[in-house]
Amino acid sequence: MASGLHESSFTNPVVRWIDQRMPVFTMMQKEYGTFPTPRNFNYFWNFGALAMINLMIMIATGIFLAMNYTAHTSLAFESVERIMRDVNYGWLIRYVHMNGASMFFIVVIVHIWRNLYYGSYKAPRELLWMLGVTIFLLMMATAFMGYVLPWGQMSFWGATVITNLFSAIPLVGDAIVTLLWGGFSVDNPTLNRFFSLHYLLPFVIAGVVFLHIAALHITGSNNPLGIEPKGPQDTLPFHPYYTIKDSVGIIVYLIVFAFLVFFSPNYLGHPDNYIPANPLVTPAHIVPEWYFLPFYAILRAVPNKLGGVLMMFGAIAILFVLPWLDRSPVRSMRFRPIAKWFLMLWGVNFFVLMWAGGMPAEGVYVLIARLSTAYYFAYFLVILPLLAKIERPLPLPESIAKAVLRGGGPLPGAAVAKPMEKA
Amino acid sequence: MMPVRKLPALKLKAAALAAALSLGLMAAPGAQAAEGNIEIPDTRYSFDGLFGTFDRGELQRGFQVYKEVCAACHSMRLLSYRNLRDIGLSAEQVAAVAASYQIQDGPNDDGEMFERPGRASDRFRRPFPNDAAARAANNGALPPDLSVIVKARVGGADYIHALLTGYEDPPPAGVTVMEGMYYNKYFPGHQIGMAPPINSDGQIQYADGTRATVDQMTRDVSAFLAWAAEPELETRRAMGVRIILFLIILGGLTYAVKRKIWARVGGDPVT
Repeated sequence: MASGLHESSFTNPVVRWIDQRMPVFTMMQKEYGTFPTPRNFNYFWNFGALAMINLMIMIATGIFLAMNYTAHTSLAFESVERIMRDVNYGWLIRYVHMNGASMFFIVVIVHIWRNLYYGSYKAPRELLWMLGVTIFLLMMATAFMGYVLPWGQMSFWGATVITNLFSAIPLVGDAIVTLLWGGFSVDNPTLNRFFSLHYLLPFVIAGVVFLHIAALHITGSNNPLGIEPKGPQDTLPFHPYYTIKDSVGIIVYLIVFAFLVFFSPNYLGHPDNYIPANPLVTPAHIVPEWYFLPFYAILRAVPNKLGGVLMMFGAIAILFVLPWLDRSPVRSMRFRPIAKWFLMLWGVNFFVLMWAGGMPAEGVYVLIARLSTAYYFAYFLVILPLLAKIERPLPLPESIAKAVLRGGGPLPGAAVAKPMEKA
Repeated sequence: MMPVRKLPALKLKAAALAAALSLGLMAAPGAQAAEGNIEIPDTRYSFDGLFGTFDRGELQRGFQVYKEVCAACHSMRLLSYRNLRDIGLSAEQVAAVAASYQIQDGPNDDGEMFERPGRASDRFRRPFPNDAAARAANNGALPPDLSVIVKARVGGADYIHALLTGYEDPPPAGVTVMEGMYYNKYFPGHQIGMAPPINSDGQIQYADGTRATVDQMTRDVSAFLAWAAEPELETRRAMGVRIILFLIILGGLTYAVKRKIWARVGGDPVT
């Protein structure tokens, strides 16, 4: 073999020729073929793959929408409707993109929940977790700007409300808002830059997703027991075991997605966004998309504007430092009898916030939003640090194989994909 | 213009989604809270439900109502005459409908704008040249474009039907209606600038001989507007049925393969 060529194990001459010069096939084989993966994943572990698929769907549909969309205040609304009516399957592409945003948030919220429940954010996966939070933040920015593009009433007024938040920043706030707007109100320059950024950010997300996966492949995946694999009996090769298990999840996900797109495409949207934007008419209630509602509730729970803005961003920022707030050495909530219930309550509380965010900011709703906001932060700042000290975790199993295999003992040779009779 | 009441739907959605996501941990208490909701009566349409389709006869009658009544003030600028093929008009009928309008075109070689008979490819002619003219002719109120009105209102076609039949003259005791306004049960704020547009049986002569009662006309035009807002509805649902059936079968097969592969290592782990 000529020197400088990569040692390839592939026999197909074309594959081998490429692999020797650029070992992408070896890399794929290592990272997605034989990659040792804990053998005890449940279906919560589908959601990373689902998010990946969702990102690809969004980028693919988005590219085709951009071919037919016109980013100008006088044409944007109509161009979207022309896509719906005159572009071949334009209605399909647009409804997939529109509902894809909601699906993306559902998938990612479940993905984050799984992290919280099984303690995946803890050492050595802190950076992996932080990259994930970064993706979530980028997704929110992208979704917000995407919602502005059809230039309906909610697009316009949502953009006005959210960009105005930045004016709460002392000294430079107004300058930042002017910069965001490209002028002195939400107008054509705003629409243009939002379109440009909405096209850019998904590729930034794709980049961070790459880092997220690169980091994952250093530490390996967490698992429902929250203990590290100790040897080959604890793992299975990623392919075919998890490629097929992810495929099952992907199809269930596609069924839910298809139901939304084909049978109730506007269910998660807002009727007002089918009214063209009108700067002279304010809608009776300005409400963001459902996935922003929990954070909107936190924003409105604080009587001070700057305080509200800080709390809202703080609700995400706190996730970055979560690995250092939760000092309990036990990852999985299965072995944390007290923390488990506080986390369950946190989950319910998240939906209370979502509900409160859709209500008018008055009367009892404000009180509920405040209590919920307090618990949202208390869980991270008080409960988790305290529980790390006082909670007595249940005994951890000796190994994954011991805990999850029928009959208890490790199956010899289980790690390799070879047929085996059931015991 | 109309301030639009849309919060209840969103509350419902947020609550429903929350309930779904939290596996039933939370009911939907927000659904019926607050702000004196007016119950919109449910009009039964052929396109209701998951698998409903449009009734072509109803759509054609609805178009006739739009053409003879609504079009005096309301534009439908997202529609072209060619779209009427979808509601069952032949190419000749579409050409005849289009040709009955004079459309401004130009400029010609002399730089002049000119009028010509409409073609199938023309958009529905607007009743007013611009919004200011529309307001001037309507006591300051702007008649909204009706192209996507059914998607733009909570309650959709039910709401349109309710609105068209919701006028009360005289208004209920104790309600003062402003000069030039009309009392309507279902309109947010109850005062609407539009005079009751469909107000007497036999107001139009249906081409198909259907008796033109107020209820019939208002139902028909609401159905027509529902079609105009979502002309893809039938294609969409038909495609959805096929895709979901396909996915269910594929899902079953995939699950079987998954079981088979995992059987090599003793099946699913005990979790």
